[in-house]
Amino acid sequence: MSTFLDIVASAGLWAAVLRIATPLVFGTLGALLSERSGVLNLGIEGIMTFGAMIGWLAVFNGADLWTGMLVAALSGALFGLVHAAMTVTLGLSQHVTGLGITLFASSLSYYIFRLTVPLASTPPTVTPFQPISVPGLSDLPFIGPALFTQTLPTYLSIVIALLLAYVVYRTPLGLALRMSGENPHAAEAQGVDPIKVRYGAIMAGSALMAMGGAFLTLSAFNSFFPTMVQGRGWICIALVVFASWRPGRALFGALLFAFFDAFQLRLQTVLDNVPYQIFLMMPYILSIAALAVMARRARVPQALMQPYRRGER
Amino acid sequence: MIADPTAAPVLELAHISKSFGPIVANDDISIALGRGELLALLGENGAGKTTLMSILFGHYTPDEGSVRVDGVELPHGRPRAAIKAGVGMVHQHFSLAPNLTVLENVMTGTEPLWSLRSRTGAARRKLLSIAERFGLGVDPDARLGDLSVGEQQRVEILKALYNDARILILDEPTAVLTNIEAGRLFTTLREMARQGLSLIFISHKLDEVMAAADRIVVLRGGRVAAERKAGETNKAELAELMVGHRVTRPTREPARAGATVFQASRLTVSVGGVERLKEIDFFLREGETLGIIGVSGNGQAVLSQLMGGLVAPTGGEMQLFGEAVAALDVHGLVEAGIGRIPEDRHRQGAIGEMAIWENAVLERIRQPLFSRRGIVNRSAGQAFAATIIEEFDVRGGTPTSRTRLLSGGNMQKLILGRNLYRRPKILIAAQPTRGLDEGAVAAVHARILEARRQGTAVLLISEDLDEVIGLADRIQAIVKGRLSAPVAAEEADPRRLGLMMSGDWSPGDGMLRDGTSSDRNPGEGTA
Repeated sequence: MSTFLDIVASAGLWAAVLRIATPLVFGTLGALLSERSGVLNLGIEGIMTFGAMIGWLAVFNGADLWTGMLVAALSGALFGLVHAAMTVTLGLSQHVTGLGITLFASSLSYYIFRLTVPLASTPPTVTPFQPISVPGLSDLPFIGPALFTQTLPTYLSIVIALLLAYVVYRTPLGLALRMSGENPHAAEAQGVDPIKVRYGAIMAGSALMAMGGAFLTLSAFNSFFPTMVQGRGWICIALVVFASWRPGRALFGALLFAFFDAFQLRLQTVLDNVPYQIFLMMPYILSIAALAVMARRARVPQALMQPYRRGER
Repeated sequence: MIADPTAAPVLELAHISKSFGPIVANDDISIALGRGELLALLGENGAGKTTLMSILFGHYTPDEGSVRVDGVELPHGRPRAAIKAGVGMVHQHFSLAPNLTVLENVMTGTEPLWSLRSRTGAARRKLLSIAERFGLGVDPDARLGDLSVGEQQRVEILKALYNDARILILDEPTAVLTNIEAGRLFTTLREMARQGLSLIFISHKLDEVMAAADRIVVLRGGRVAAERKAGETNKAELAELMVGHRVTRPTREPARAGATVFQASRLTVSVGGVERLKEIDFFLREGETLGIIGVSGNGQAVLSQLMGGLVAPTGGEMQLFGEAVAALDVHGLVEAGIGRIPEDRHRQGAIGEMAIWENAVLERIRQPLFSRRGIVNRSAGQAFAATIIEEFDVRGGTPTSRTRLLSGGNMQKLILGRNLYRRPKILIAAQPTRGLDEGAVAAVHARILEARRQGTAVLLISEDLDEVIGLADRIQAIVKGRLSAPVAAEEADPRRLGLMMSGDWSPGDGMLRDGTSSDRNPGEGTA
C-alpha cells in the first residue's frame, strides 16, 4: 500500500500525467468540436499520425518548432476539409469516411516520411520543445516540479480547453455550433447556416487533432515513427463520450486517463513479479469502467451522424 | 380588439394558385387578415390549408398570386424574407433542440455570430417580458426536452415573438395538446390579438374554431368555400361547408350481408402507455362494407395496425369467424385468408427494392406453391405475378422489374391483386386510395366493390368522405380513439357525417357525445 502512496506522492508522476495528457487533450477537444456540430470524425487516428509526421518533417527541414505546429494544424484542417466535403456536402457515411481518412492519412504519413528521410539505423531527431520554468511557480516545493516544468504546447492545450469551454457555452458562435449538432433544421430556420458551421467545426477540430499528433514528435519525443500514435485517437473518441461533449470534462477525462497510464508505468518498476502486460491493460480497463458509469448520463448531440439536407425533414 | 374592416389589411394573400402535377392544391385563394384579428382557416385534410400556409411562409413558390405584408409584396420561396417582414410560424412539428435550454433555443441566430459574448442577460429580460405580456410563462433555463408538449409549443410561439413577429401562423396548434392546454393556448392567442397581433390558426375542429376565432375561412378542395364571422354561423353550417354537398353515389347493388366474420367488443389498444383506441365496438359481415371515417390522427393508424396483426389489444374481446382470439398475428391472418391493404404502401405495403414477383408472393412464401424445403420456386412466383399484372391491370413493370419503379396507383393495384386474387374472407383496406389519381381511384374502388359482391367482408378506413359514402354500407366515425355507433349509408348525409367526424355525437341519434365520459350504455353501440 505504501508503494502506491509513494508513487502518488512523487512529483514525477504528476509531471508525467500532464505530459501524457497533452496529445489526448488536443485530440479530444478536436473530436468534441466536430461532434458538437453533428459530425463524427474517425479520421482522428490518421490525422494525428499525419500531424506528427508533417510537423516533425517541417522542423527537421529547418523550420522552427511553432512553425512545425502550425504546419501540422494546417494539414489537419485540410483533412478536415476532405472529411467535411464527403460527410456534409455529399452526406456520406461518417464512419466509413472517417476510417478511410485514418487509413489514408496513416499510410500517406509513412510514404512521405520514407520518401524524404533516408533510411538510417537510428531514426533522425530534432531538438524538441524544452520545459520552461515559470518564475516563482516552478520553484515551489512539489507543486513546482509536478505542474510547472512542462513545455509550452502542454500549457497551450489547457488554455485551448478553457477557451473552448467559453466559446461553446458563452458565445453566439458556440450556440450556433450546438444548435447545428442538435437540430440543424431549427438552426437554419433561425438564420444559422449549419453547413458552414459544420465545415468550420470539422476543420478546426481536425487542426487540433493534428496538433496533438505533432506534440508527440516535437515535445514528447524527438523523432517520428509510423506507429507512434498507438490508438490515442480512439481513446480521444471515447473520452468525448466520457466527457458528455463538454470541454471542461474532456480536460478532466484526458488527465484521468493520463493518470492511470503514468501510474501503471511506475507500478511496473515497483512490482516486478507481475507481468507488465497486466499494467499496460490498466488504463484501458479503467477507462471502460469509467465510460460505463459516465456515458449512461451523456447527452448525445441529437443530430450527431445525421447528414443535413436543406428542405428535408 | 375587433378588427376594423376599413383599415388596410396587415396580410393579404391574393389569387394564390398552386398545383402539384395534376393535383390542384390551391385554386385562386384570396384571404385578407386585419390587425388584431384572429382568423381560423378551417378545412378537411387535403383542402389545401397547409399548402397555402407554406406558400405564405415561403416554403413553396405559388404558380400564381402574391403575398403582401403591409402592402409590400414578399418574394416567393424565401422564408427569411417572411421572418424579416414580421411573419412567424409555429409548425405542427416543433423546430427545437431538446438538449438546449429554452433561452438558448430562442436566442439561436439572433446575435451576430462572431460576438465575443452572448448577451444572455438582455435576452433573458426580453424573453421574460414577452412571456409576461402575453401570459406565456416558461422557465428560460429549463432544458427544453424536460418540458411538456404544451410548454414546448409556448417556446415556439415565444421564439416567433422574440423575432418581432406581428403576424403569427399556427398550423393545427391543438393537434398535440390536451384539452386544458388547448384552452390555455386560445386564451393566449386571444390576448395576443387584443394587443394588436394578427393571427391565423389552421384547424379542422369545429368547437375551437367557433370558440376562438373572429372570422372563419372555410377551404374545400383547394378553394375558399365560404367566409363567416364567428357570431354569424353555427357548427352545423360550418360542417356542411367543410364537407360540401357530396351525394354523388355510384350505383351499386344493395349489400347482401351474410354471417358475422369478425366482431370487436369494447376493444382497447394502448401503445406506449397511451390509449389509442378506447373500448371500440364494431363487426364485419360477409358481403358488406364497414366504413370508418375520421380526421387523420384519431386512431385510424392503430386500428389498421390492430387489424393487420401488428399491435395486440390491451382490453376487450375479439371474435374471428366466431372464435375468440386474443390477438391477430400476421402469419395467421395470411393463412386465414384475410387480405390487408396497409396505410402506407411504400413502407408497409411493398418493398421497393425487390422485384414485383417477390412482393407478390412475399407474404405467402412459406406455402408449398411458392417454396419447397426452403427453396423458392421462382417460376411459380413469376407466373403468379404475371397473372396479377394481367388481371389487375398493373402497368409499368414486368414480374422481374423493381417494385419502386411502379407508380403509386400501380403499386396499389399490385397490393390489391395479391390480396384479392385469393378471394379473401375479410379485406382490411386502410386509406386505399390516398395519393392516387382519379383513374387509379376508380380502379381500386371497382375492385373493392367486386370483392364485396363476391362475399368478402370489407373494413374500409378512410379520411375521404366521398370514398366512404361511395363504398360503405355502414359507417362509423373515429374520434380520439373512440368509435361512434354505426349509421346506415342511406341515412348518411354529408352534414351528419361532418358532425360525426367532429366528435359531435348527439344522443338523439343513439350515439355518444364526444368523449370525456367513458360510461356507455350497454346495448348501445353495435346494434
